[in-house]
Amino acid sequence: MPIKLPIYFDNAATTRCDPRVVEAMLPCFTERFGNPGSRNHRFGWEAEEAVDIARGQVADLIGASPKEIVFTSGSTEANNLAIKGAAEMYAKKPEGETGRGHIITAIHEHKAVIDPVKRLEKRGFDVTWLTPGADGLITAEMVSRAMREDTILCTIMWANNEIGTINEVPQIGKIVRAAGAVMHTDATQWVGKMPTNVTDDEIDLLSLSGHKIYGPKGVGALYVRRRKPRIRLVAQTEGGGQERGYRSGTLNVPGIVGLGMACELCGKEMDSERERLLKLRKKLETALAGSIEVTQVNGHAEKRLPHLTNISFGFVEGEGLMMAVKNIACSSGSACTSASLEPSYVLKALGVGDELAHSSLRLSLGRFNTEEEVDYAIDNIREAVEKLRLLSPLYDMHKEGIDISRIEWSTH
Amino acid sequence: MAYSEKVIDHYDNPRNVGNFGTTAEVKADKNVGVGVVGAPECGDVMQLQIKVNPETRVIEDAKFKCFGCGSAIASSSLATEWIKNQTIDEAAKLRNTQIVEELALPPVKIHCSVLAEDSIKAAIRDYKVKNGIAVEEAAHSH
Repeated sequence: MPIKLPIYFDNAATTRCDPRVVEAMLPCFTERFGNPGSRNHRFGWEAEEAVDIARGQVADLIGASPKEIVFTSGSTEANNLAIKGAAEMYAKKPEGETGRGHIITAIHEHKAVIDPVKRLEKRGFDVTWLTPGADGLITAEMVSRAMREDTILCTIMWANNEIGTINEVPQIGKIVRAAGAVMHTDATQWVGKMPTNVTDDEIDLLSLSGHKIYGPKGVGALYVRRRKPRIRLVAQTEGGGQERGYRSGTLNVPGIVGLGMACELCGKEMDSERERLLKLRKKLETALAGSIEVTQVNGHAEKRLPHLTNISFGFVEGEGLMMAVKNIACSSGSACTSASLEPSYVLKALGVGDELAHSSLRLSLGRFNTEEEVDYAIDNIREAVEKLRLLSPLYDMHKEGIDISRIEWSTH
Repeated sequence: MAYSEKVIDHYDNPRNVGNFGTTAEVKADKNVGVGVVGAPECGDVMQLQIKVNPETRVIEDAKFKCFGCGSAIASSSLATEWIKNQTIDEAAKLRNTQIVEELALPPVKIHCSVLAEDSIKAAIRDYKVKNGIAVEEAAHSH
């Protein structure tokens, strides 16, 4: 079968909505369009029923009970609610004072965790910012060493969005919860791809997103533990008291129904899909990193998501490389697309040199990708790297045996 | 952000890629000036080499290599086209704004054109130093 170009290898940014998800959503726009808050007529009841079904589908995917699911607009909102809501609820001292409690997180979290935590730092909370090892992992031991008497919250992502590394979340949760603090994980890249059970995995709060798992954009959820112990949060959005008061606002019924269906499909297809994607990713890595000189796969070799790889191609700039592989949609740790000229802070956190950070491509596979597409990408990327290396003064220096890191560059 | 057609054209068919020999050979050649600007950690390195006629001071040939994004590659490719057959004094007058205009570079890519201008200046300076020609201090710094 001929492949259709361009190829989409940016599934960690967003995924194509599964047609089965869209089909489930469509009646919610025109027929079952009611507001679940309308208690006195059929339209409201139907909408409420649809939301209840979805709540069960989401809960099933992560081993939670439906009452523990709070629908949000996505992971960013779920993270904000979890982090700010828990910190304010469990603060040791009132607003305006310092020493209000200790929070543990990491420097290579997503900005949707980093920025809320920074806000809390300004509001009198103490924060430990963990630095990962060169493999990108945050381990239970690192968290254990950071724990304090007054630790109230630990927020560590399950899998990293840029490099796909998997942190020791269950082991971290065990330590944090045993000490009486709250364990939150941003599981945006994890849920739906990897088996999850909030109880076995020792999680109190978990953020997930619809559009990363073949559902629609603009919807996500926060899991909030109700038993052993019951976690309470200070609401960040006030109003009509929907979602047990945790998140006011009329429910996004089509989005929620889509998220529910997306979760159900992921649950059913996860095992076979994981195996399939892992095979494809390994093929990509072997063909690219394994056969082109001066390349490296960033992050731990084994403890990584099956569908995501981040490869640095020495002497080739990432954005220039993406332009050469214009039929492959992917992303780069290169800063050239941003105004700051700073390369990826995640790669820098691992100690990847700036030059290799500028030279990285993130390829993330998904449900709709095929082996033929992977084969096409391998040839295409290989050719592009060769072409750009012929253009690269750094490659010439490398071939002449000049150590690039020892040159005094005129920084600008 | 979409690239302009001219950027894509220079990127797909870069003009005057290459050099006039190994680092050592080029260093020893009095008729060649070399400018290397930028830094790998900033994501851009441009290398421009000019071959100058010792009688007329005309740039008879120019070659570039570039580690950088599409706009950086296009800027240096364009620069080699423009300075060929110009005297070194004429080439020194080229401004980055002319490159910005020709390639329709967006604000975030202006630094690519600045690097191209700097690489020309650096190559001319290197040529002058090699040949004992007085070098005025660079007026342009950033």
